[in-house]
Amino acid sequence: MTEPPAYPGARRPDRRRSVDCDGISLAVYEWGDACATPILLAHGGFDFAGTFDVFAPLLADAGYRVVSWDHRGHGDSEHAPLYSWQADMRDALAVLNSVTTAPIPMLGHSKGGAVLMQLCEARPHRVTRYVNIDGMPSRFRAPDVADHERSRMRETEISSWLDRRHGAGDLMRKPGTVEELAQRRGRMNPRLSEDWLRYLVSVGAREDADGWRWKLDPIMRPGGFGPWRPDWYLQRLPGFPVPLLGILATVTETMGWGTGKGDLEHHLPRQAELVEYPDAGHFVHIEHPQGVAGLVLDFLS
Amino acid sequence: MIHWLEHYRIRLALHELRAGRGRALLLLHALAERSPSTLPEELAGWPGPISALDFTGHGASTVPQGGGYTCELLMADADHALAHLGGATLVGRGLGAYIALLLAGARPKQVRGAILRDGPGMAGGSALPGTPQILTADPSAVAPPDPLALVELSTDVRPPDYATAYVRQATHLSELETPILVCASERPQWLLGVVEEPGVQETTLADALVRCAEVT
Repeated sequence: MTEPPAYPGARRPDRRRSVDCDGISLAVYEWGDACATPILLAHGGFDFAGTFDVFAPLLADAGYRVVSWDHRGHGDSEHAPLYSWQADMRDALAVLNSVTTAPIPMLGHSKGGAVLMQLCEARPHRVTRYVNIDGMPSRFRAPDVADHERSRMRETEISSWLDRRHGAGDLMRKPGTVEELAQRRGRMNPRLSEDWLRYLVSVGAREDADGWRWKLDPIMRPGGFGPWRPDWYLQRLPGFPVPLLGILATVTETMGWGTGKGDLEHHLPRQAELVEYPDAGHFVHIEHPQGVAGLVLDFLS
Repeated sequence: MIHWLEHYRIRLALHELRAGRGRALLLLHALAERSPSTLPEELAGWPGPISALDFTGHGASTVPQGGGYTCELLMADADHALAHLGGATLVGRGLGAYIALLLAGARPKQVRGAILRDGPGMAGGSALPGTPQILTADPSAVAPPDPLALVELSTDVRPPDYATAYVRQATHLSELETPILVCASERPQWLLGVVEEPGVQETTLADALVRCAEVT
């Protein structure tokens, strides 16, 4: 295996193992003392646990056993026949069960933040405190168009998704050099440094005979549709069962959720705190690892 | 005769119940069911060929590892059958009725009428999400049908306005006067919304088949 290039503060996990969830093999990683208090971290969509390679060691060095995993179809976890929110929830619980049956703190970013939020609601007895990094949905920002035009837009979106599934067995991610993959990712993550993006390629991509490819299952793509509504989260937020720290981006990005303090503060439970992190895009913990780790460690203490 | 269709990592069984010329009738089974092995008598009057699809995790189709079922995935299953047949009129039972509605909205030019009938899985979970759950399968159950399909497809949320959005896509874009025909007595929340929409008519199966057969 190729060693990743050096990146300031980055440290690959101390341990790696796998967890089986209903026949799907999940790659699980740990940083820090195996006997320390565990904390479970969940990455965002299209990411992988290696995106915590700077942030997780900061928590590990502060005395935590930091556990994370590659979601199904991401990183080194198995590409699954099917993907869904419920499957991700089941996978998260399987990883949690492999760590401890005692309640522990959890932290999730973006989609991983929303998955773990729902895990907290479904299994509140398994969680002590919860940190959500720019993964709190608030509302759709739908264009204001006539009904007929909305039908046409939706039909275009859905038929495009259906079209992609025809012949999808031949889908492969586009190969390229490390530089090219880093540049492609940079279009979605424009605030992250080129050195960091090259580091991510070395962890989240594999080198084939014709070049590097992201390990992500090629069937996945951004966007999507379905019956899910962000305001369902807001309706349940006042009853959120454990102390909550929400860390929000303040710079709008393509991958961001666009949720601000004003969207959430009227729905917050008593034991909740929101921090709008200054000069931070969606990847708050990657842009400001020491600052976010400090907030998290204060909250956990 | 079975035609095997490849849907990403799933092999789907499309059963040809009757060969023929003209527009096909595509049958979509209900939750936990499988395609009929012979042509149902009540459908024998259809003038064209008739096929029936086993959804992922059901009948002769692949039972995948790890679950992850959604109605949108089953819509994509049915879309593969629709593409193979080159357009069709859909007849869905229960869960298959909901899938037929989704596909009628997603492929308004290729679906020439969707007939919604009673059957298991018509209601889904509810119109709004209930207490958050982590769904697991009955460990003693034997597939097919996939026990994860049973639990995931019987608890999914089906908001009425999500269902009616598909009706509007079908009515706005299909150029059919009545693209959705409801031949069912069960009225889950999503279907209560659907039957109030223009372009939807409640009728008998026999009438629905005649009307769809007349569509060009």
